[in-house]
Amino acid sequence: MNVWLAIIGMALLTLAIRASFLVLGRRWVFPPWLARALHYVPVAVLSALVVPMALAPGGSIALSWQNSYLIGTVCAGALAWYSGRTLPALLASFALFGVLRYFA
Amino acid sequence: MPETRSVMSSVRHGFAGARDTVPMLVGAAPFGLIFGALATTSHLTPAQTLAMSLLVFAGSSQFIAVGLFAAGSTLPVLWLTTLVVNLRHALYSATLLPYARDWPLRWRLPLAFWLTDETFAVVEHRLRSGAVAGGAAYWFGSSLAMYGNWLLWTLLGIMVGQGIPGIAGWGLDFAMLATFTAIVAPQLKTRPALAAALVAGTVALWLRALPYQGGLMLGACAGIATGMLLDGKRQEAA
Repeated sequence: MNVWLAIIGMALLTLAIRASFLVLGRRWVFPPWLARALHYVPVAVLSALVVPMALAPGGSIALSWQNSYLIGTVCAGALAWYSGRTLPALLASFALFGVLRYFA
Repeated sequence: MPETRSVMSSVRHGFAGARDTVPMLVGAAPFGLIFGALATTSHLTPAQTLAMSLLVFAGSSQFIAVGLFAAGSTLPVLWLTTLVVNLRHALYSATLLPYARDWPLRWRLPLAFWLTDETFAVVEHRLRSGAVAGGAAYWFGSSLAMYGNWLLWTLLGIMVGQGIPGIAGWGLDFAMLATFTAIVAPQLKTRPALAAALVAGTVALWLRALPYQGGLMLGACAGIATGMLLDGKRQEAA
């Protein structure tokens, strides 16, 4: 496979997706129900990304104290939820994850 | 001089965007490092690895591409996978359009190129909270911070990759997981948002074995539908 051709194709596709709606500008107005749906995009997409990674890091569900991805994720989420501050929550969860991995 | 003042305010909004993106930089850094290390120790030259970060600028699809190169995949499969894996960005593009519709195309197009998960989360949060003035500059600042950070860490990964065997097994992918979680968690304070997250996560977990991240897209759609449904009920009750 031609790697350079592959990269250029990937670049064009990715830009096309990201620009898909943004290029429309004033030519398109969302109906109100759709605008309301888009309100939930960040929460829904990020949750769909995060939950399988945390609960099933190796592909099968691992609900245990040995799953450092799960414990670390709960830590990051709880701290961010409680304090509303992202960076300290992240750093604390990194530290916890590192410790868990070290002793696992 | 009003023009100087508007330039100054754009610069200020740009810096604010970059500053609010700092936590995301921390989360993306290890990811970029592993990408650089992994890509150059498998099938890509350093120039190709850097070009991918420079031109594609989409972490998860870059990783998958490295895997597909290693597996000897074909071009159509690689491109189809890129399309599907990045499809969630179309939702981002649609979500931000109402704020950006009056900006000139010469801004909207480059800002679209830089529309990563992280920049979307930061910019959407800001615009939704009503701080619409200076939105384009804010988005630009967040973009430049993410872009520079991604290129820097890709480059470092290329340089250290060969020197540190087994770096891919360090669990550095946790950084991205933690970042996304820390973005979502504070948003779960209303009932429709909480329900949307629970449904999206459950469906994605349940369907995680579907190819091409089908579980991700179906989970996201189920979550959006749930949020919308409860939101509608709440508005009727009010």
